[in-house]
Amino acid sequence: MARAVTPRRKAIATTAAWGIGLLLFFPILWTILTSFKTEAQAISNPPVFLFFDWTFENYQVVQDRSGYMKFLWNSVIIAGGSTLLGIIVAVPAAWSMAFVPSARTKDILLWMLSTKMLPAVGVLYPISLVFIKLGILDTRIGLVVVLMLINLPIIVWMLYTYFREIPSEILEAARMDGASLKEEILYVLTPMAVPGIASTLLLNFILAWNEAFWTLNLTAANAAPLTAFIASYSSPEGLFFAKLSAASTMAIAPILILGWFSQKQLVRGLTFGAVK
Amino acid sequence: MATAHSRTAARYMMAPAVTLLLGWMLVPLVMTLYFSFSDYRPLRGVFEPWVGFENYVRFWNSSSFADSVQTTLILVAAVLVITVALGILLAMLLNEPIWGQGIVRILVISPFFVMPTVSALVWKNMMLDPNNGIFSHIWRFFGAVPHDFLSQSPLFSIILILSWQWLPFATLILLTAIQSLDSEQLEAAEMDGAPPLARFWFLILPHLGRAITIVVLIQTIFLLSIFAEIFVTTGGAFGTRTLSYLVFQRIVESQNIGLGSAGGIFAVIVANIVAIFLMRIVGKNLDA
Repeated sequence: MARAVTPRRKAIATTAAWGIGLLLFFPILWTILTSFKTEAQAISNPPVFLFFDWTFENYQVVQDRSGYMKFLWNSVIIAGGSTLLGIIVAVPAAWSMAFVPSARTKDILLWMLSTKMLPAVGVLYPISLVFIKLGILDTRIGLVVVLMLINLPIIVWMLYTYFREIPSEILEAARMDGASLKEEILYVLTPMAVPGIASTLLLNFILAWNEAFWTLNLTAANAAPLTAFIASYSSPEGLFFAKLSAASTMAIAPILILGWFSQKQLVRGLTFGAVK
Repeated sequence: MATAHSRTAARYMMAPAVTLLLGWMLVPLVMTLYFSFSDYRPLRGVFEPWVGFENYVRFWNSSSFADSVQTTLILVAAVLVITVALGILLAMLLNEPIWGQGIVRILVISPFFVMPTVSALVWKNMMLDPNNGIFSHIWRFFGAVPHDFLSQSPLFSIILILSWQWLPFATLILLTAIQSLDSEQLEAAEMDGAPPLARFWFLILPHLGRAITIVVLIQTIFLLSIFAEIFVTTGGAFGTRTLSYLVFQRIVESQNIGLGSAGGIFAVIVANIVAIFLMRIVGKNLDA
């Protein structure tokens, strides 16, 4: 790896990379900056970048007027609930596919992934009908179930990938030493599986937090999470740039930070370990 | 290692996931299939259980169907080409030694984590708006008349938004793949006098094959069903109606469940054609 790098080459690459990085980040940066402006400054021409009177007023107004916390809470419950439920269903399935593979394991895995290709609009109406019948339309529990189901294939795939990476030699060694099945699972496998399960939890929380089709179509007043709350700002009467920016910043900040910390797992998880 | 006993246990452990997914797939699909053969318009109180293939014929023959399929294909293909091509270039750039690599990486991948409804609204109002968007400020700065992107070049605008959202994902995956490339091999090629373009073509690109497959697969799955970006920006107007958005309009907006369901079945068929194609490649590439 000892490649000679000329300072010139490093300087050019650095400039280019920072330029592109800032360009890609600009819409987010601009939204965050705008959230601290007054409405007048937000639409001033020419635009002001940093030299304006910073204010937290917009955040206060978004909370006071539209009860931001309620939507945040819905998002947390729905994303968290569907992720937890998904893990509970997926761990045994992925576990058995990884450790007791059969001739059909690969087919089952591919079939599961193919259900992700089922167009959501094609089944929206029946799902709404079933939800009305069950009385769970516009409830958090309904969305928890739907988001769990749409992310289940990804969860199973990710866990399967992680479990397969646990070397079977270690298991055999434990058996040779006379470990019982219970000891084997508790002291050998679980510690090795925990990081994979944690990454899967994290990634699925991100996916569920950002999911928009089902949240927009299956919720109204009661169970609407942040995705739906933000979309309500698109109507003309709700269009205030600074307020919109404050609401947006609050909706994306937690996930943005989670995402920054989980880049590595993101690659492994979303590519099912095929790219390392 | 697998005994008969453990195989039975494995079946029980898999049962909940398989049953749930099977139900999730079959129950609504059968219902959609049933509705697709009926004239069902709840707002007008119309329900005739069997009209044969009438809905299918009507949906197929409407001019919006062909348009929406075309829009879908253009959208998906354009975003795939842009994100993969720029992703490769950006990944190669980020693989160079640079100052502040960690921070640049964070800047680059950030758009991927932005909620689709937020990114659609931010682009619509803060970037592309004809009065207050950044693009119009730049336009005015150069003395040009601001362009109303979302109504004058709507498809381009949506491709732009989607590419912005997905470029980070492509870059991240491709960067990881590039980093696993054996640098000694590259150096050997360099010493043998292989020009940069040849090194790219014969060494780097083949090495990226698997990563590119993954990027195409994942992005296609998500892009075929994009919704929020269109819903929030144009509402399907100005020729930005994808097949799944057309179905959404028939079912939710016009409440013509029969016609929409027939369209939904068409969408399922299109998705399955794509799926079979993709699964073949993935099945081959991922030695599960």
